[in-house]
Amino acid sequence: MENFNYHRPASVDDAVKAAKAHPEAKYMSGGQTLIPAMKQGLAAPSDIIDLGALKNSGVSLGSSLVIKAGTTHAEVASNADVKKAIPALAGLAANIGDPHVRHKGTIGGSIANNDPAADYPSACLGLGATIHTNARKIAADDFFTGLFSTALEEGEVVTAVEFPLPKKAGYAKFPNPASRYAMIGVFVADTGSGARAAVTGAGHGVFRAKEIEGALAKGFSAASLNGVKVGTDNVAGDLHASAEYRAHLITVMAKRAVDAAK
Amino acid sequence: MPAISMKVNGQAVCGEVEGRTLLVEFIREKIGLTGTHVGCDTSQCGACVVLVNGKAVKSCTALAVAHDGAEVITVEGLAADGKLHPMQEAFKDNHGLQCGFCTPGMVIASIDMVNRLGKNLSEETIRHELEGNICRCTGYHNIVAAVKAGAANM
Ligand SMILES: Cc1cc2nc3c(=O)[nH]c(=O)nc-3n(C[C@H](O)[C@H](O)[C@H](O)COP(=O)(O)OP(=O)(O)OC[C@H]3O[C@@H](n4cnc5c(N)ncnc54)[C@H](O)[C@@H]3O)c2cc1C
Ligand code: FES
Ligand code: FES
Repeated sequence: MENFNYHRPASVDDAVKAAKAHPEAKYMSGGQTLIPAMKQGLAAPSDIIDLGALKNSGVSLGSSLVIKAGTTHAEVASNADVKKAIPALAGLAANIGDPHVRHKGTIGGSIANNDPAADYPSACLGLGATIHTNARKIAADDFFTGLFSTALEEGEVVTAVEFPLPKKAGYAKFPNPASRYAMIGVFVADTGSGARAAVTGAGHGVFRAKEIEGALAKGFSAASLNGVKVGTDNVAGDLHASAEYRAHLITVMAKRAVDAAK
Repeated sequence: MPAISMKVNGQAVCGEVEGRTLLVEFIREKIGLTGTHVGCDTSQCGACVVLVNGKAVKSCTALAVAHDGAEVITVEGLAADGKLHPMQEAFKDNHGLQCGFCTPGMVIASIDMVNRLGKNLSEETIRHELEGNICRCTGYHNIVAAVKAGAANM
């Protein structure tokens, strides 16, 4: 792994200043994606700006559920407010990777990374979350812009994710048995003003499945999804599964997610 | 090079590290505690798991410099007064190891599991919770039995 200069700012402002001063720098939260990428030579930042001293973790529940960016997957999984307000989100966090990864990895790092098979992006898009940064608020519909890419500008820091409270939401993931990342994961929500369904693991980045949303608009039940076919436009094939197989899985996982919705 | 200090198995240690020095490299190469293993370079095998401030983490996927001031427990820190920790004892009694390479991580991960979930663990829970620990010898059967027995004795 290439060496780098290490910074540990105590405030978001100082973090942003450090990023401006070092254009080849990268932020680090849990390091559970960044460190493996650096070990494999896929990333070689000149500087690491560790966000660990910001102490930006925790959950607050009011008319919406706000999770600070530095909250770990383990904390989200076990938080009483998350379990009460959006149990599907706690369940999603509880099944990311393994216990050791969940002790370090954070929601902010996961969505900033936007891995096409990551879990959290589907919850953000499926629930219509708002991403808070040091500079602005971005709707999830505008935040995830494709494979490993987001609307974040250079040096912009994710500070929190705000989830509106759904009437019901569910998540079902078909994990790759080796990596545990989603082969297909579907997050569904009955928002009160329509149904949303977001798909991860399909290959090109998280997206909303219009076919599923259209069918659920007629009734938020698994039966509404009988016979619904999702096209392969947003779906890729690889050695694990063909595009057709993945597209088929979307409906299957959507049904399970609706059945599990609370 | 930044200087860091930590408490490892209750003892104060310090040393100079590069930014890129991994926590596992600090533990093995600077402090000389080689019970913590490195079994992969993809953060998947769990041979390197240690407790940091009471929580299991993969020390191959953590920067030493980011853990200045941390309290770390490695497999060497488990036995007390010449007696194995109940979880170590259970791995021995249940033949929960063959080559032993995965064992330090397995034992630490299992102790973390009990700390979080209590002593009464079902087989299903144990298997799910060991998702981040890979063993290429045993087929897991005896590991699961060891964790169940060790948990009950903790
Ligand atoms: C063995 C293993 C299994 C895994 N399985 C899964 C899985 O099943 N599902 C899943 O979704 N994920 C999985 N992951 C990934 C894990 O969830 C990571 O924790 C997560 O993707 C990144 O979070 P992090 O806090 O570790 O981010 P880091 O690794 O620290 O950072 C990731 C990226 O985000 C940037 N970044 C970090 N924080 C911020 C911020 N606040 N603002 C702006 N940019 C930021 C960094 O610069 C970097 O580019 C797995 C990881 C491992 C090692
Ligand atoms: S050596 Fe750390 S997970 Fe394999
Ligand atoms: S006993 Fe050999 S790897 Fe587990």
